[in-house]
Amino acid sequence: MIEIAAGLALCLLALSLAAAVVRGLSTASAFVYGASALLCLVLAIVGIWMLVTQAAEAEMRIPVGLPWLGAHLRLDALSAVFLTLLGVGGAAASIYAIGYGQHEHEPHRVLPFYPGFLGAMTLVLLAADAFTFLLSWEIMSLLSWALVLTNHRADETRSAGYLYLVMAGFGTMVLLLAFGLMAGAEGGYDFAAMREVERSPLLAALVLALMMVGAGSKAGLLPLHVWLPAAHPAAPSHVSALMSGVMTKVALYGFIRVVFDLLGPVEWWMSVPVIVTGAMTAVMGILFANVDSDSKRVLAYSTIENIGVIFVALGLALAFRSNGMEALAALALMAGLIHAMNHMLFKSLLFMAAGAVLNATGRRDLDGLGGLIHRMPKTAVLALIGVTAIAALPPLNGFVSEWLLFQAVLQSPKLSQPGLQFLVPAAGGLLALAAALAAACFVRFYGVIFLGRPRTDAAREAVETDRWSLTAMGGLAGLCIMAGVLPGGLIDLVAPATEMLLAARLPAQANNDWFTLVPVAEVRSSYSGFLVLLFIAISGGASAWLVHRFASRKLRRAPAWDCGFPNADPVTQYGAGSFAQPIRRVMALMLDANETVVMPPPGDMTPARHTIRTKDLAWSRIYVPLIAAINTAATRLNALQFLTIRRYLSLVFGALILLLTGLAIWN
Amino acid sequence: MELISNLILQGVQMILVLALAPGLTGLVRKVKARLMRKQGAPVLQPYRDLARLMRKEVVLATNASWLFRTSPYMIFAATWVAAALVPTFATGLQFSWTSDLIALVALLGSARFFLALAGMDAGTSFGGIGSSREMMIGTLAEPAMLLVVFTVALVAGSTQLSNVVVYMASGEVGIRVSMGMALIALIIVAVAENARIPVDNPGTHLEVTMVHEAMVLEYSGRHLAMIELAASLKLLLYMSLIGCIFLPWSIAPASAGPSAMLFGFASFFAKLVAGGVLLAVFEISTAKMRVFRVPDFLGVALMLGLLGTLLLFVSRSL
Repeated sequence: MIEIAAGLALCLLALSLAAAVVRGLSTASAFVYGASALLCLVLAIVGIWMLVTQAAEAEMRIPVGLPWLGAHLRLDALSAVFLTLLGVGGAAASIYAIGYGQHEHEPHRVLPFYPGFLGAMTLVLLAADAFTFLLSWEIMSLLSWALVLTNHRADETRSAGYLYLVMAGFGTMVLLLAFGLMAGAEGGYDFAAMREVERSPLLAALVLALMMVGAGSKAGLLPLHVWLPAAHPAAPSHVSALMSGVMTKVALYGFIRVVFDLLGPVEWWMSVPVIVTGAMTAVMGILFANVDSDSKRVLAYSTIENIGVIFVALGLALAFRSNGMEALAALALMAGLIHAMNHMLFKSLLFMAAGAVLNATGRRDLDGLGGLIHRMPKTAVLALIGVTAIAALPPLNGFVSEWLLFQAVLQSPKLSQPGLQFLVPAAGGLLALAAALAAACFVRFYGVIFLGRPRTDAAREAVETDRWSLTAMGGLAGLCIMAGVLPGGLIDLVAPATEMLLAARLPAQANNDWFTLVPVAEVRSSYSGFLVLLFIAISGGASAWLVHRFASRKLRRAPAWDCGFPNADPVTQYGAGSFAQPIRRVMALMLDANETVVMPPPGDMTPARHTIRTKDLAWSRIYVPLIAAINTAATRLNALQFLTIRRYLSLVFGALILLLTGLAIWN
Repeated sequence: MELISNLILQGVQMILVLALAPGLTGLVRKVKARLMRKQGAPVLQPYRDLARLMRKEVVLATNASWLFRTSPYMIFAATWVAAALVPTFATGLQFSWTSDLIALVALLGSARFFLALAGMDAGTSFGGIGSSREMMIGTLAEPAMLLVVFTVALVAGSTQLSNVVVYMASGEVGIRVSMGMALIALIIVAVAENARIPVDNPGTHLEVTMVHEAMVLEYSGRHLAMIELAASLKLLLYMSLIGCIFLPWSIAPASAGPSAMLFGFASFFAKLVAGGVLLAVFEISTAKMRVFRVPDFLGVALMLGLLGTLLLFVSRSL
C-alpha cells in the first residue's frame, strides 16, 4: 500500500514537470486535470482500502535526502484518514477544474503547480521523519503560493501573496524549532526515534505551543489567520477549494501527528490554550464571515471558524486523555476528525459554487449578484445543500460532527480539574454561538447571491455552469448527504485512527438500527439522521400532497406585495451590508465596527453617505504595531550600514568578546 | 405488543399536537383580548382561518422561485417532526431516540433557516428586514437554548428527552437553583423564538415593528396556512417542552395503562391551558422592545443558562 501511495505522490510531482512542458497546448488543461483527478481517486481508494481492511502500518525508506537519514515514509491509520480526505477533495477539485480551467485566461500559470501541490500534500501525509515532513511542507507552501499569484496583476493578489509568503516562512521556522526540540540532544529526526524519547512536561508544553503556532498558522488559528482570508480567495476557485478544504486539514494532520502520536503524554493544563484558542477562533472567524461582502472571503473566514471548532475537539481529546479517559478522548477526537472530513466536503462544494458564480458573472462582491436561482438552477440546488450542511442543520453532515462534539462537551463533569470543568461548558456555549452565527452567515450568503432579484446586468445574464463543474459539485453534495444520513459508516471508517492514537474507539455504529448514532450509550444520547430525513420527507411530502389534493392548487403570479410599496429598483432589496447590520450592531465590540452617516446640509443635492468599516482586531491590534516596530528597528539599524572600517572592526571585536564571555559563564 | 402500542402512541401524539396547536394560539389570543376588555375572536378562530387560507388561491410574487413554494412544507415538516418527539402525555414514544434535545434545537434551527431564506426570495425590502432580524435573534436564542439543554443534561445525565422526563419525574431531583435558572432562560428563549411580546408582536399591523410577520409578508393561501400552522406547532412544542422537563409528574410512563394515559392527557391539556393563560397575561403586562434591546433580553437567558451549567460544577446538588 505504502508503495502505491508514494508512487502516486511522485506521479503527481512528475505530472507537474510534464505540465510545465505541455502547458502551451490547447488540451494541456484537460490532460493535467484529468490525470490529477485519476491519481487522486486512486489515492482515496488506497486510503479507504487501508482503513477498511485495517491493514498494519507499512514503512519504507528511500535513499534520498540527508545521507544518514534518507527519506522515511509511513502509512498508518491516521495518514490513511487524511489521504482519503486529500484524495476525495483533490479528485473533486480536479474534475471541477476540467470545466473551470477552460475559462482560465492564463492556464500556464496554474497547470505546472497544481499537480505538484497535490503531490506535496500527499508527501506531508506520508512523511515519517522531520526532514521529509518539513521539505514536503515547504514545497506545499511554495507551490500554493505560486497558485495564489495566478492573477498576479491585481494589487490585492500581490499583497496577499506577500503576506502568505511571510506567514508560511514564519510557520515553517516555528515547525523547525518544534522538531528540533522533539529530536532532543541525540538528533533523532526519525519519527520512530521521536516516539521513544521521554520529555519533561515543560518541554512537551513548549513543543505543543510551537505546533499551535506552526501548524496553526497554516490552518488559520487566531491570531495567525490574517493571511488566510486574503490568500485563499485570491487563487483560482478550484485551488481555493483545495486550500480551504484540504491544505488546512494537512496542517491539522501535522498538529495531530505531533501532539497525539509523537509527543507522548501531556499535562491537563496544556489542553486549556488549545480549547480557548479554538473557541475564540470559531467565534471570531464566523463573525468576520458575517460582515464581509466578498463571496470567497466569506467562505475563507468560515474556514477559520471550522478550524476553531476542530481545535476545540482536539483540545477536549487532550484533556480527556490526560485524565486517563481514553474512550471519551476518542469521542472528542472522532468529532474533530469527522468535522475535518465534513468541512472538506462542504467547503470545497461552496468554493466551487462561488467559482461557478464568478465565472458566470465575473463578480465576487455579494452586492453585485442576486436572483441566480433562476439563471443557474442546478448550481443553486447544489449550493443550497452546501449551505445547509455548513450551517450545521440536520439531517446533513455538518450537524453530525457538531452533535458529536456537543456530546463530548457534555461529558466534561467527568474531568477532575475544576479549571477544565468550568472552561469546557463555556467553550460549548461559544461553539453554540458559532454554529448559530454560521446559520446567519449562510442565510446571507445564499440569500444575497441566489435569491431575490438580480442587482446587476452581469447577474441578470448569467448562464448555468458547465457539466464537469456540476459533476464535481454534485458528487460532493451527494457525499454531504450520505455523511449526514449514514454517519455510522464514516465513523467506523475513521475509527482505526483513534484506535491507533488513543488505543480506544467509539463502539461500532454499523449495526445500529435505522443507522442511529450511539456514541456512548443509548440512555445517554442517540441521533438518527436517516430517520430525521425520512420523517421530514414523509410528513412534508404527505402534507403537500394532501393540501394539493383536498384544498386548493390554484396559483396566480402577481407583483410582489411588499406592503403596498414595491420598488422596481433591485437596490432596495436587502443586500450584504444591510443583512449584516443587526449582527454588526450587536457584536460591534468584537468587530471594532464603525458606522458613519454623512448628511448633506439642507438644500444641498449631493446624496447622503453611509459608510461601514469593520476591522480585523488581530490585524489592527497585533500586526500593525508589530510591523511598525519592525520598521522602526530596521530604520534605526540602517545606520550600521554606513560605518567606517575602524568602527566595523571594533564592532566585530566587541561581538567576539561578548560571545566568549558568554561561553565562559556557560561553562 | 410493546412495539405496536408505542407506534400507536407515536401516531396519537403526532395527531394530537397538530390538532391542539391552532387551539392554543386561539386561546392565547382570546385571553389577551379579554384581558384588554375586548370581545376577542372565538378560540376556534385559527382553525377557521386555516381552512379559509387552504381554500384560497396562492398569489405568488413574480420573482419567487421554487424555494419559496417548497419552504412552507419543509418548515412545517421539520417543526412537526420536532413537536412529535417531545413527550406530551406519555413517554413511550416509538421514535423518541431518533433525535435528542440537541437535535431538536437544531431541527427548529433548520425550520428557521428555510423561513429566513424564503423571506429573501421575493426580493423585497420587508422580507430581508425580517430575515436578518430573525437570524440575529436566532444567533442569541440558540446558544441560550443549548446552555439550557446542557444544564438539563448534566442533571439528568442524558440528552434523550424520554430519559430526561423519567429522571425528572423520579423525585431524585428535588428543588435546584440551576434548574430554576434553566427554567427562566428557557421561558425567555421560548418568548423570543415564538415571536411574542416583548421581542416581536404577532398581532401588529405596523410592519416596521415586526420580525416574523415581515418575513412571511409575501405568503398567501395554502402556503401561509402551512406557515401559520408551523408557528402554532412551535408554540405548542415549547409549552410541552417546559411542561415535560419541569412538570413531568403526570406524564404516563412507557408501560402505563389506559387510565394513566387518560390522566396524562388531561393534565397535558391543563398544562397547555395554564401556559396559554400565563403567556397572555405576560404579553399584555409588558410592552414591545426596540429590536436592539432584544440582545440584552436574550443575553439574560444566555447568562442564566451558563450560570446554571456552572453551578452544577460547583456542586452536583445545586
